Amino acid sequence: MSIGHTLLGLLESGPRHGYDLKRAFDEKFGHDRPLHYGQVYSTMSRLLKHGLVEVDGIEAGGGPERKRYAITDAGITDVQQWLATPEKPEPYLQSTLYTKVVLALLTHRDASEILDTQRSEHLRMMRILTDRKRKGDLADQLICDHALFHLEADLRWLELTAARLEKLAEAVTR
Amino acid sequence: MTPAGSLLTAHDLRKAYGPTNALDGAEFSIHPGEVVAVMGPSGSGKSTLLHCLAGIVTPDSGSIVYNGQEMATMNDAQRSALRRSEFGFVFQFGQLVPELTCVENVALPLRLNGTGRKEAERTALSWMERLEVDDLRSKRPGEISGGQGQRVAVARALVTSPRVLFADEPTGALDSFNGERVMDLLTEAARSTNAAVVLVTHEARVAAYSDREIVVRDGKSRDMERIV
Amino acid sequence: MSAVPSVRQWSRDLAMGAKFAFTGGREGWMRAVLTAVGVGLGVALLLLTTALPSALQARSDREKARTDITFTDVGIPKASDRTLLVAAVDDTYRDKDIRGREVQPEGARAPLPPGVKKIPAPGEMVVSPALADLLKSGSGKLLRERLPYRTIGTIGEPGLVGANELSFYAGADNLAPRIDGSRVTRIDHFGEPLGPPDKLDPVLLLLIIVVFVVLLLPVGVFIAAAVRFGGERRDRRLAALRLVGSDSRMTRRIAAGEALSGSVLGLAFGTVFFLLARQLAGSVEIFGKSVFPSYLNPTPALAALVAVAVPAAAVLVTLLALRGVVIEPLGVVRAAKPARRRLWWRLLLPIGGLAMLYPMIGKGNTSGNFNQYLVIGGVLLLLIGVTALLPWIVETVVARLGSGSVSWQLAIRRLQLSSGTAARMVNGIAVAVAGAIALQMLFAGVEGDYTKDTSNDLQRAQMQIRLPYDVPLDQAREQFARTKGVRQVTAIGSGSLGDRKRDPNTSTSVTVGNCASLREVATLPTCRDGDVFLVKGPDSDLDAAKLGKPGRTLYIDPSYAESFRGRQAAWTVPQGIKAARIRTDATNGLTGGILLTPSALPAGAAQAIEGNAYLRIDQSTPDVYDLVRNSTAKLSPLAHAWTWASTEQDNRYTSIRTGLSVGAACVLFLIGASLLVSQLEQLRERKKLLSVLVAFGTRRRTLSLSVLWQTAIPIALGLLLASVVGVTLGVVLQKMTSVSVRVDWPSLLSMTGIGAGVVLLVTALSLPPLLRLMRPDGLRTE
Repeated sequence: MSIGHTLLGLLESGPRHGYDLKRAFDEKFGHDRPLHYGQVYSTMSRLLKHGLVEVDGIEAGGGPERKRYAITDAGITDVQQWLATPEKPEPYLQSTLYTKVVLALLTHRDASEILDTQRSEHLRMMRILTDRKRKGDLADQLICDHALFHLEADLRWLELTAARLEKLAEAVTR
Repeated sequence: MTPAGSLLTAHDLRKAYGPTNALDGAEFSIHPGEVVAVMGPSGSGKSTLLHCLAGIVTPDSGSIVYNGQEMATMNDAQRSALRRSEFGFVFQFGQLVPELTCVENVALPLRLNGTGRKEAERTALSWMERLEVDDLRSKRPGEISGGQGQRVAVARALVTSPRVLFADEPTGALDSFNGERVMDLLTEAARSTNAAVVLVTHEARVAAYSDREIVVRDGKSRDMERIV
Repeated sequence: MSAVPSVRQWSRDLAMGAKFAFTGGREGWMRAVLTAVGVGLGVALLLLTTALPSALQARSDREKARTDITFTDVGIPKASDRTLLVAAVDDTYRDKDIRGREVQPEGARAPLPPGVKKIPAPGEMVVSPALADLLKSGSGKLLRERLPYRTIGTIGEPGLVGANELSFYAGADNLAPRIDGSRVTRIDHFGEPLGPPDKLDPVLLLLIIVVFVVLLLPVGVFIAAAVRFGGERRDRRLAALRLVGSDSRMTRRIAAGEALSGSVLGLAFGTVFFLLARQLAGSVEIFGKSVFPSYLNPTPALAALVAVAVPAAAVLVTLLALRGVVIEPLGVVRAAKPARRRLWWRLLLPIGGLAMLYPMIGKGNTSGNFNQYLVIGGVLLLLIGVTALLPWIVETVVARLGSGSVSWQLAIRRLQLSSGTAARMVNGIAVAVAGAIALQMLFAGVEGDYTKDTSNDLQRAQMQIRLPYDVPLDQAREQFARTKGVRQVTAIGSGSLGDRKRDPNTSTSVTVGNCASLREVATLPTCRDGDVFLVKGPDSDLDAAKLGKPGRTLYIDPSYAESFRGRQAAWTVPQGIKAARIRTDATNGLTGGILLTPSALPAGAAQAIEGNAYLRIDQSTPDVYDLVRNSTAKLSPLAHAWTWASTEQDNRYTSIRTGLSVGAACVLFLIGASLLVSQLEQLRERKKLLSVLVAFGTRRRTLSLSVLWQTAIPIALGLLLASVVGVTLGVVLQKMTSVSVRVDWPSLLSMTGIGAGVVLLVTALSLPPLLRLMRPDGLRTE
């Protein structure tokens, strides 16, 4: 899962301090693995370096310095591209996909588009596996079947999510 | 709008059953030899799309062109004749006539087309061999398993060498092993005769046998190839 | 918990079944009502059957109570103030018989006829209500001319044997000189004091028995089929009940409750039908006989038996049908494929029936006594044989039928899988048709014999009028010659001629008539009034030749020791007696003896001559028979006219046969309705399959035809079997009544035609739902 894209996406709704970003991330996506502040810091400096974010202002005072980051146009384009590109179908994708869907909902993008694209990609993979299975020997068949069943599980999850998008949108934008 | 070389196309299909819109501007096209999966959630209108494409149901509006001919201009008898000679059908279950033996069931479409009994049953038997169910020829549908029954049904759908094969959840009632057997044999046989297959399913592993899929949601179709 | 279910448990299960019988939408209702109508018809027929013996008894009691003329010379009482003179003046109007009596009291204490309050004076009469209505109506115009008396009252129920009986008592005078013991007599009381119990005409009894068996049996078969209506649906419902925890005994009780409630409703229907039929019975005539509704009272014990037996039978059939079925929570398991049907025991039934009927053959003619139990048993076995044979025949034939077109193949294969169901549906039709054919043949046979029975030459005369002695032949001849529609009148008087006044040694017959009339009975060389002839010919009377010597004195109407005193009028054979040649007369008899022209008859002999007029009639003249009867009544109330032609007599059978056809048609249509219900039920179960077949591009015609074949094949086989059994039974019945054996093709064809019509109707009516089911909606299940 790409933390950088996620943080960028969170910035789309408005400039934030680094600490705010960590809190927003943890709330929406980091239920079981909260982000270290150090991860936020390093990611933001990388994004700064690539010109995807800019520093909106610095608050001086006690404790660590507090920079306010804002997303640049290049950053928005980058998020857009990331969302539109289907993930390579592989097991345990759901956290990335979930992040993408939630980000899309937060930024008022079409989340079903993301799901459909991903679905199509999964099916393309499944076609390839099915084809390989038909032409291969028993070992190939068993291996392909394993992958196919996992992909199918993901695909079912995609379909279920698509069916529940409205409810999810209500929940994340509340 | 008709893409070049397509055998069957539909444009802006609309069909309402009472207050519910089963189809709300659906599009479709298929080439000879192509296998197209129609996917989507239950009640999305997949089956209605198949019924319209096959000329079983007439849409409220929109056009369906088969082989250069507008289906809306055909009467019921002409569409029936088309279904008898050009199309083949496989459904989820309950499609074999329980009184007839398997070979008689397979021969039925040929007999409906006026072929004599002996010749029809000879052709039927050769198709049953291809689907590996020829040993069931004199059994009745009540005496065979679900997977065997679906293979007999596929043989029946292909016996007239149709140009389009319509399959509505052909593996819906089968486990994955039997379902795959049926799909293997079905797609293989269809490819060998260059028949187009319209495959309605909600199962991804079944849809994986297709060349291309379209998703129907709330009566609207999406051709996934164009998105990627 | 006790092992034996409590009464409460039982009643709860039965009530649940009863609820199921009437819920379940339109088909549920239709099924319940059809079952109830079927059971109801059966119950009504059963009740009528149980009421019939008492009705016939009541009729015969009334008939006896009003008996007056006993047709014997002996025992005629002497005239006193307690005697009554009675003359039978029975008549016929159109095709209805009228019982008529002229009465003349000889004193104040003369007996009153039953139902009559006051003996009418001359010129007056009392009439039955039906006759009063007829006289008042427009169609009674001709009859009013014939009965020109003043009506002073009606005959009460005790004096009538049926609500529709036409009867009158008219006042008369001067009856005493006419007493002859047969038509005019003197009585001192009405009623037959003792005498043998009345026996029903054996042929009539046979007809009644067979009619009831023939009508009851298909209704029985229908009931058996009706309680199985919707059986598959019921089994599924019971399976669902098993799933939620009822045990197999409970499900059987629930099924019994369903059958019970249908048949109890049927009992109610039946009681209503019976009461309606009872009222109707007052206005219906069979064999020209009617009864009063009050006669039709079922014997209480028999009625109670019906009330218990019918629901019990319904429950029994249901439980029997469930015997081969195991209802599991997850569905219904039919017992292993039933064994192939065997022929031998099925053949035993009709053969047994024939064996029981065989000893009856010819009984109708001779001793005239049928063993009722053997007749009922034989007819029942023969007809039940149809229901036993038909499933075997359908199975065997259908198994051998090759495949033809697709529709044919679909139908045949379906029948091969479930020939039992098909045969069960048709059984009722087959039994009804077989019985109806047999009955029609019996009626046709009896009717045919009636027509042939008359030995009279219908070309030469169609009516005969017996004239009392005081009506001169010439007057009669003129009266009839004036009557419209009469073409030729032959009036002939006849009497006897002996060589002595009392107990003659030699006697011959004497025939009186004018030349034209005499030429009808003999070939005369020449004839003038006053001529006398002696008939000669190969078969002529030898005594006549002895007596007919000119100059010999003979006596017309000599007296015999044990009879009334004759007129003993002396007559001398004239010198000019001529010879005449014998010739068959209109009655196909030979008149021998001596022929006299009117003026050759001596004075005082006229009263000894019984006159008869034979009329040739133009039958196209409307009401010609009644015009003649009116002329007869004008000559004398005691003159009696009757027709030789059979056309009028045919009508009584025609109405019965029409009634039978209507009854059979009603039973057939009832069965047709049940056929339709099960046909529709079956089609609905195949909704999905029909839609799939349509998706394939199956033509509607193909499916419609297959539905037609599916009904037509079993029914064709059923009608074939029914024709064979019906004709066999008909022939046996004809032999039993000793009428000539002949197959009544029109009724055979009409009955099978009605059967075939039912098939077509059922198919036609099931087509719209079939076409509706063939719409692609059936594919939209997921």
